[in-house]
Amino acid sequence: MTFRESFEVTGERALLLPYMMCGLPDPAGTVELFSAMADAGADGFEVGIPYADPLMDGPVIQEAGTRSLASGMTLRRGLEITALIREATNLPCAVMTYVNPILTMGVAEFAHAAGGAGAGAAIIADLPVDESEPFAAALENEGVGLVQFAAPTTTDARLDRVVERADPFVYGIAEMGVTGERDGSSSRAADLAARVRSRSAVPLVLGVGISGPESAAAAGRLADGVIVGTALVRRVLDAADRATACEAVASLVGDLAEAMRS
Amino acid sequence: MSVVDRPDASGRFGDFGGRFAPETLMPALEELEGAFEAAWTDPVYQEELAGLLSDFVGRPTPLYEASRLSDVLGVRLLLKREDLAHTGAHKINNTVGQALLAHRMGKPRVIAETGAGQHGVATATACALFGLECEVFMGTVDISRQALNVERMLMLGATVTPVTSGAGTLKDAVSAALRDWVATVETTHYIIGSVVGPHPFPWIVRQLQRVIGDETLDQLGDTKPDVVVACVGGGSNSMGMFYPFATGTADLVGIEAGGYGLDSGRHGASLVAGSPGVLHGARTYMLQDGEGQVLEAHSISAGLDYPGVGPEHAQFKEEGLARYDSVTDAEALDAMDLLSRTEGIIPALEPSHALAWVWREREALADKTVVLCLSGRGDKDVDQVAVVRSQ
Repeated sequence: MTFRESFEVTGERALLLPYMMCGLPDPAGTVELFSAMADAGADGFEVGIPYADPLMDGPVIQEAGTRSLASGMTLRRGLEITALIREATNLPCAVMTYVNPILTMGVAEFAHAAGGAGAGAAIIADLPVDESEPFAAALENEGVGLVQFAAPTTTDARLDRVVERADPFVYGIAEMGVTGERDGSSSRAADLAARVRSRSAVPLVLGVGISGPESAAAAGRLADGVIVGTALVRRVLDAADRATACEAVASLVGDLAEAMRS
Repeated sequence: MSVVDRPDASGRFGDFGGRFAPETLMPALEELEGAFEAAWTDPVYQEELAGLLSDFVGRPTPLYEASRLSDVLGVRLLLKREDLAHTGAHKINNTVGQALLAHRMGKPRVIAETGAGQHGVATATACALFGLECEVFMGTVDISRQALNVERMLMLGATVTPVTSGAGTLKDAVSAALRDWVATVETTHYIIGSVVGPHPFPWIVRQLQRVIGDETLDQLGDTKPDVVVACVGGGSNSMGMFYPFATGTADLVGIEAGGYGLDSGRHGASLVAGSPGVLHGARTYMLQDGEGQVLEAHSISAGLDYPGVGPEHAQFKEEGLARYDSVTDAEALDAMDLLSRTEGIIPALEPSHALAWVWREREALADKTVVLCLSGRGDKDVDQVAVVRSQ
């Protein structure tokens, strides 16, 4: 499945797109973790590849990145794991990282490896639309989309450029601040969604600060997809072993999926 | 494009700089760029800033002929006395200018990062002056080695927030400040402490620090220095000194933290021993491994303990406008003693690095005129030096 096909198949219902840091709970167990989430009702994934200085991430995903790097994770290995996740689940995957590891690998080389892994999209947290052109061009050559971001602070002029270039979706940043769990639903997401919708038919996926069934369902009513990350990652960090981690994420993904379908 | 026109519209200094920041911050960076452009060309802002620099900061700072040390070195050494600026370092030039800007922009809250604590103190000072709420992020390692400055910030009414991530030093403090800003950008101005970060910060901080070099040129009159030397962490005192000299004939030399020595891998010498990459929103030289993961820096000097450097320095290096070298922790400590005992001036550990280079190169520099930016005074370092000496 590609993101485009998934958006079409589910129609009115928003896709549930869990985020998980690859390398968790351990490098050999990552595919199992993603398979457990697929079985529990995930529609696709954001596959996190660690960076040592993740400016858009809160303490939980920072800790996950530190553990993943300590286990020997690299951008190349992360893409190899993405290929295995694709093979095991046949669900669309967006790989998420930061600019510098990509520059070190080489933008063209990264695009080639991401395409080879079957990644449908790249999410690069510190790459705004202004700096994205060389990355987008290289990725497009390999059939990989480059996601663009819209935040509550994004001006109209910026939003015009974001929706025009976003592929295969716009990542709507539902909350001010870095990734992390929040109480309640976003007060900014509805306005942001309306501003994106008024400009373009490009799919909108909401993320940041969405952590439980209620807030996921609320976001799902506004968007074509919902990303839940920190709440899942925290369960894995807290789990004593691989089996417990798989059970914990499957349980939450099941609850999220049910809330978003009802 | 000539050096004086930089940066370009995309915030580039040649191939370096730019704006690699989360989208949430981008509108604020655009707003800040416009606000600074407007302020910088507004005679009212310039007049207010000039008044503050003169009456509050105590500028111009002297250009001091260090005669006794010159005799020891066999080099004519002139010290630009930024240690005599209010709060004891050049950092106040930037924070007064940016607090005035935040005040104009109507932002009630200010955040800052600090390593040695000098920028934190200077920010807390400027915020007290303008009645702005102030929160300073500081690594836990730096909090313990710069305890005096922590107390000063608290006395000035600032909140000091400990940062435990990473190595608990300056890089982690910058990252923590940026993360706070992603959440609070609508009401908060980030006073970054050096010529680093996404555009327009490297440009703003350089413009506010170039007063160092501009004054020095005035004070030199007809004297043409052979060498202008300054320490480089993020690079604000050095870029402030170098920029007005960039089109002249003096040899510009930036001195980075060599830590335990470049071969040890434990240093802060991004330009001398690093490679290009993207750190804290700008493409620049940085310390990184073969996978593009940022490495921890090391320096005895908290202000130089940073794995990146301002993008304009990267371009100065690339174009040969300046050259860069490093000295070790041990050399810096010796230079601190040398200046203290020959001139009665206790320098901070940061500019002690530049002094150490002059000492090491004194034969090559014989009979030349050297201008050194004495970026700060050493009171903050006395406790730490005593601890190091007792080990």
